[in-house]
Amino acid sequence: MAVCIAVIAKENYPLYIRSTPTENELKFHYMVHTSLDVVDEKISAMGKALVDQRELYLGLLYPTEDYKVYGYVTNSKVKFVMVVDSSNTALRDNEIRSMFRKLHNSYTDVMCNPFYNPGDRIQSSRAFDNMATSMMMQVC
Amino acid sequence: MEGLTLSDAEQKYYSDLFSYCDIESTKKVVVNGRVLELFRAAQLPNDVVLQIMELCGATRLGYFGRSQFYIALKLVAVAQSGFPLRVESINTVKDLPLPRFVASKNEQESRHAASYSSDSENQGSYSGVIPPPPGRGQVKKGSVSHDTVQPRTSADAQEPASPVVSPQQSPPTSPHTWRKHSRHPSGGNSERPLAGPGPFWSPFGEAQSGSSAGDAVWSGHSPPPPQENWVSFADTPPTSTLLTMHPASVQDQTTVRTVASATTAIEIRRQSSSYDDPWKITDEQRQYYVNQFKTIQPDLNGFIPGSAAKEFFTKSKLPILELSHIWELSDFDKDGALTLDEFCAAFHLVVARKNGYDLPEKLPESLMPKLIDLEDSADVGDQPGEVGYSGSPAEAPPSKSPSMPSLNQTWPELNQSSEDTAIVHPVPIRMTPSKIHMQEMELKRTGSDHTNPTSPLLVKPSDLSEENKINSSVKFASGNTVADGYSSSDSFTSDPEQIGSNVTRQRSHSGTSPDNTAPPPPPPRPQPSHSRSSSLDMNRTFTVTTGQQQAGVVAHPPAVPPRPQPSQAPGPAVHRPVDADGLITHTSTSPQQIPEQPNFADFSQFEVFAASNVNEEQDDEAEKHPEVLPAEKASDPANSLRVAKADSKTEEKTAAGAPTNVSKGTAPLAPPPKPVRRRLKSEDELRPEVDEHTQKTGVLAAVLASQPSIPRSVGKDKKAIQASIRRNKETNTVLARLNSELQQQLKDVLEERISLEVQLEQLRPFSHL
Repeated sequence: MAVCIAVIAKENYPLYIRSTPTENELKFHYMVHTSLDVVDEKISAMGKALVDQRELYLGLLYPTEDYKVYGYVTNSKVKFVMVVDSSNTALRDNEIRSMFRKLHNSYTDVMCNPFYNPGDRIQSSRAFDNMATSMMMQVC
Repeated sequence: MEGLTLSDAEQKYYSDLFSYCDIESTKKVVVNGRVLELFRAAQLPNDVVLQIMELCGATRLGYFGRSQFYIALKLVAVAQSGFPLRVESINTVKDLPLPRFVASKNEQESRHAASYSSDSENQGSYSGVIPPPPGRGQVKKGSVSHDTVQPRTSADAQEPASPVVSPQQSPPTSPHTWRKHSRHPSGGNSERPLAGPGPFWSPFGEAQSGSSAGDAVWSGHSPPPPQENWVSFADTPPTSTLLTMHPASVQDQTTVRTVASATTAIEIRRQSSSYDDPWKITDEQRQYYVNQFKTIQPDLNGFIPGSAAKEFFTKSKLPILELSHIWELSDFDKDGALTLDEFCAAFHLVVARKNGYDLPEKLPESLMPKLIDLEDSADVGDQPGEVGYSGSPAEAPPSKSPSMPSLNQTWPELNQSSEDTAIVHPVPIRMTPSKIHMQEMELKRTGSDHTNPTSPLLVKPSDLSEENKINSSVKFASGNTVADGYSSSDSFTSDPEQIGSNVTRQRSHSGTSPDNTAPPPPPPRPQPSHSRSSSLDMNRTFTVTTGQQQAGVVAHPPAVPPRPQPSQAPGPAVHRPVDADGLITHTSTSPQQIPEQPNFADFSQFEVFAASNVNEEQDDEAEKHPEVLPAEKASDPANSLRVAKADSKTEEKTAAGAPTNVSKGTAPLAPPPKPVRRRLKSEDELRPEVDEHTQKTGVLAAVLASQPSIPRSVGKDKKAIQASIRRNKETNTVLARLNSELQQQLKDVLEERISLEVQLEQLRPFSHL
């Protein structure tokens, strides 16, 4: 039941950002941006040798009054950030994990498309859009 | 804007027009381009059209909603009837004929349109109002086709179009979106049969006339030999294809049709009344595609890598966005490479696109790559085989994809199985120091593997792309091994990138299995001197067990939560034959045992005491204690020495105890580590302890002492299993006994409490004095 889903490239620019349209989108963009610091902190805390063993799912990055921000990093340092509504208490950790997994899978599908240049914005993939939309409306 | 009242015929007509224009299926807004085409076909001067648009409010709103559209149509009718355009005229002009939309070319259109309006009164024959079009202006063939068409037209006009109409209400998605853009912008490719005048409004059933004529017309049209130039390439075969695909359009080239008419057109393909699929690839097209495939990849069963495909399709000069979408549609297994089927589908889509057809949202069924083994006999016409896609029965559209259900059946099983695997495997397998238990684990694992349907399933999709198979096996292996060995989950999540599975569920499960199994704490790392032996054993165990392709990261034996198992019947092991060597070798197999060696060495002397105290064989407890020991691992050998000494004391006490004490002592110790720790802290605490506790600690010590005597010598599985069974049973009985004793104690204590309370009550009145 995400409110906002963002895919951030390795260089920390957004590849894909999508939020539920009702809200003020800028707010979510800002939240995602600030969460990048937390993500970086978590990554670096892992240490040099443990790259392989680092868990992809970072968990709750930080909670705000209304929202919670979760993070996920791939091995190529592409980050997925998800903002969920705090009022949705039923959302368990496992569900968040599965949502990130779906995101990751869709992202790899996009990558497999030879017409997609890594580093481009993800505009062309309807499958990715559909998946993101479904996540934002799911569990409603 | 006044409300609009429409007669029934008008209502139907308008709604059809609306749905025709509503190519994006929004049901709310029509595409402006399409509407403009329509208005142009109404043969009204431009300013009138503009006026209409203004009146209906579209210019104000910027789009054509349903009401605007209807109003506009009504205004068109008004204008065509010669009435002045006014807002009021919408409703005031009665008995208005239906608006006519004609192409300027064909006079027969007007005839047709006239027939349209004449039939407008006849409600029931609305479908009959859709006579086959009088004829299409064939750009090339000219009057010939006209002649052929016309008699057919009249013949067709007799047919009740209703049976034709009805099945088209739910056409496959492809014809829905299979509209032509305005041909003009589609570039040089479409010059020949496709270029044409403005859109022509053709009602349903028109294709019936066209099909056979079209075929006759084009049968003699042989595609010129393939050339290197992509553009001209796309020219000939596609055009011929398109003609066969869409005979009505062949006739008209620029006909614009509703969904129903399109499907009708496709329906009557080659003088056969079978329901056909516009996306079917003809034989010659197929051959052409295959040849093209060969130029890139000579092996027809091989793949075209993504980069090569990219270059190839870029030559078609389609925008990258569309190529990307085509790729998404056609790369069925999402592996970044194209099989022959996928390549043909992609090529076909490119060709269609170049000729002005919209891309479908989903891959049409006829273009779906054939999955051989997964669909049994359900080659529901759509994928009858390599060549010869013709003659798909009508049942093709309703089932979404014949291959998908079976595909879906397979993968969910795999999913479940992998999930089950993930769930089954984190069985708390004991981290045992002995080979026996490793073998036990092996047995457990094989047992669960048998229940695991992954292996048969792996056999099943054998005909799938190899990648799928290998990757899926890797996945399951990963599931297994992850469950077993806490290997890095990351290495497995990277697998989905290579896996050509269309079902994300599968990946998600394999992906989540590491997550599911992650929670149990990792086993304690093996000490360097022991890792070799233990890990060797484990690896051997694993490779034997899983038998699948190993991702092979297993570094540690499965986690055994080093919890003190309450089921420890503290019976000191009967394994008398404890020599220091035996102890040491024994400990050498359990990773945690190294620091305990001194312990064992010390304990050996107490074995005798232990033996005297214990009535039963307690191999199990001894083995379980290694888990206890890790908990105490913090203690250095010195402490353990002290422990040993304390043990001796307590054991002496124990030995002096009554048999009941002994039995109590043999009762399993609830928190074995605790007493031990207490001993570590101060031995003096032992004295004031309650006797029972002492007894228990003594028993614990005895058990600890007996631990080293684990039957290293017993090397046989069966015996080991039986022994462990025996031990477990004994443990159970001991525990039960302890339980009853504790209950008894509890009762006693409660009685005391009650008596004390009674006394208190009695004394209380006197407290006031």
